[in-house]
Amino acid sequence: MHDLGGLPGSTIDRTEHQNDFWEQRVDALMRALGTLDPPLVRTDELRRAIEGIGAEAYDSMSYYERWISAITEVLLERGVISVNELSAKIAEIEEREAD
Amino acid sequence: MNARFAAGDRVRVREWYPPGHVRTPYYVRGKRGQIERICGTFNNPEHLAYNRPDDPRVLYRVRFTQTEVWGRAEHPSDTIDIEIYEHWLEPET
Repeated sequence: MHDLGGLPGSTIDRTEHQNDFWEQRVDALMRALGTLDPPLVRTDELRRAIEGIGAEAYDSMSYYERWISAITEVLLERGVISVNELSAKIAEIEEREAD
Repeated sequence: MNARFAAGDRVRVREWYPPGHVRTPYYVRGKRGQIERICGTFNNPEHLAYNRPDDPRVLYRVRFTQTEVWGRAEHPSDTIDIEIYEHWLEPET
């Protein structure tokens, strides 16, 4: 979904928009992970993981949804976080938000 | 790092479809162009994508005519510059 040169295009939305707070946090998270020495998520790993998102999912996601999805993928691959830890945290947050 | 090509050299992009993360656009593979400049030596992003910062390569800016890339072009004298790593380039034959 990343290598689109020469394919029929659609119009580009050029209107300026404010990023949501969660989007700013995703950006900050990537910056933090990427500037560690050595990085926990490299820019090229992020790109590779974004390319790995299936075409349908890619189209349905916003820019920073793709980022957080790719960051999660790389952290799981690298064993920085586990699937169990991730699902436990998601459940915890869902419970907290439900209160 | 020793550069295989110099500014002005005629080159051809390899018509190559390797597995993994690739940073050379489809539309330019197999096309002929000219080295516009040497950009420097950088770790190969195709390795960095798998957390392997161990593969330095020379990066070139390569200039193509729009006609070469697309077959026909509204403005035939227009060009497109693409930055391409050395292992993707071969001398034009």
